Amino acid sequence: MSLTQKLINDGNAAVDEMLAGIMAAHPDHLWRPDHAPRAAVAKNGPRPGKVAIVVGGGSGHEPTFLGYVGKGLADACAVGNVFASPPPQPAVDAALAANGGAGVLFLYGNYAGDVMNFDMASELLEMEGVEVRTVLTTDDIASAPRDQREKRRGVAGNVFIFKAAGAAADLMMPIDEVERVARHANDRTFTMGVALSSCSLPQTRRPSFDLPMGEMEIGMGIHGEPGVRRGPLRTANEVVDEIMDAILAEMNAPAGDRVAVLVNSLGSTPLMELYIMNARVAERLRSAGLTVHRTLVGPYCTSLEMAGASITVMHLDDELQRLLDHPCDCAMFRQG
Amino acid sequence: MDFTTGDLKNLFVAMAARMTAERDKLCALDGVIGDADHGIAMEQGTKAAADAAQAADGTLQDVFNAAAKGFLNAVGASSGPLYATALLRAGKAAGPRASMPRDELRAAIAAMREGIAQRGKAEPGQKTMLDAWAPAADAASAGETADAIAAAARQGAEATRDMVAALGRAARLGERSLGHPDPGAVSAAMLIEEICSAMRGPAS
Repeated sequence: MSLTQKLINDGNAAVDEMLAGIMAAHPDHLWRPDHAPRAAVAKNGPRPGKVAIVVGGGSGHEPTFLGYVGKGLADACAVGNVFASPPPQPAVDAALAANGGAGVLFLYGNYAGDVMNFDMASELLEMEGVEVRTVLTTDDIASAPRDQREKRRGVAGNVFIFKAAGAAADLMMPIDEVERVARHANDRTFTMGVALSSCSLPQTRRPSFDLPMGEMEIGMGIHGEPGVRRGPLRTANEVVDEIMDAILAEMNAPAGDRVAVLVNSLGSTPLMELYIMNARVAERLRSAGLTVHRTLVGPYCTSLEMAGASITVMHLDDELQRLLDHPCDCAMFRQG
Repeated sequence: MDFTTGDLKNLFVAMAARMTAERDKLCALDGVIGDADHGIAMEQGTKAAADAAQAADGTLQDVFNAAAKGFLNAVGASSGPLYATALLRAGKAAGPRASMPRDELRAAIAAMREGIAQRGKAEPGQKTMLDAWAPAADAASAGETADAIAAAARQGAEATRDMVAALGRAARLGERSLGHPDPGAVSAAMLIEEICSAMRGPAS
């Protein structure tokens, strides 16, 4: 099998070389502690008395997670290898660098590896007298049944959940409130995706899974974890309808309510296709009597070069709407 | 001949060489039911463990502890905390000694199983690396030969084919994980084979 084509130098150095490039591009937003090359911290944002929001996870999902570090959103980020949780130390380093004395919230997607490493980091931080809370994101509705929400993965909905929690912290809410907001945001965020082609890891340059031409996989995870169903590729409207049927059934929002929408590229699917999808998403929400308060379209949480897209809907209330509207200024995401 | 810190360092080198050799096979297995990176994590982790062990001074426990830290900080992922905890437990079992009888590697295998089960909150039968570690540890605790322990690990890994994943990334697959061995159990059986080789002692 031929190797996939990538613009890299050395597969094993890909993450560190990417970080060097990000630091060169965004010196006004990000810095790294000298001894902690895999921790990235917001230049502005962390301050005394403010809860520190620390996110993190494997690389390969850019702009998730690093891109959402900045004032009004996450304070720091622990960076793992491609698709692999960071070890505890970068999470500890990130938390200590961002700590404002009001507690630290670890906020990340629900994956076994991330949970073990961040839990070890929490233990280490508590030994140093830092209060740590953890909220796991579980927005991928395809990854487990509704009655097992705690088993679901965190995917592109991270963007809205991080945004709400980051705004709450920026408004100087105490740790109990920031934790409550993060859980509330997670409870009201629903994502489902479709993959059209595989990604490949820089270290192997081989497709991570086999998806024949003409087929798609509904519900596939952002690391190429198999989804719920494989079948022939269908039209954008048909795919959106399948996803929106599932999301609307779960969300169960009464007519008149407001939502925020994210139509996300998994990597190589272009904006043209995302906007074609969004036209149908908007139509479906309108016919359900829901008002779209805000729409994001683009690559927000990717899987390297995977083709495909995900749709996220956050069911807003006054609080979540206000928090989503709160300004933020990150390396790869700005608002207000 | 006793098992010295030098032998332990060589064991970590042998584990790293094995994982490098098996990397692509493990990634391919992982691609079927996971995210295709298991071989990479194991290669990086065992190499970092070998490097850290090589640089460590002191007792068997010191070398195990250095390897644990090296593995953890190199990979994170799931295998990092699991193998780091396993190696710390093995170090505790070996204790602050410059050497030990080779037979006592059986206690190290049993200790590694305990560490993995505790950190991963796992039980046998859930289609994880524990399905190779548990039968190997049972065989080791029963005083079986190195060959029998390695065989128990291999059979345990093979048996994961018929299990439905209950933990870890493949758990979301449910029934679709049937028919495919768990890559973490397969790599565990390989590492156990290397430990069993060390248990047999240098070829004469």
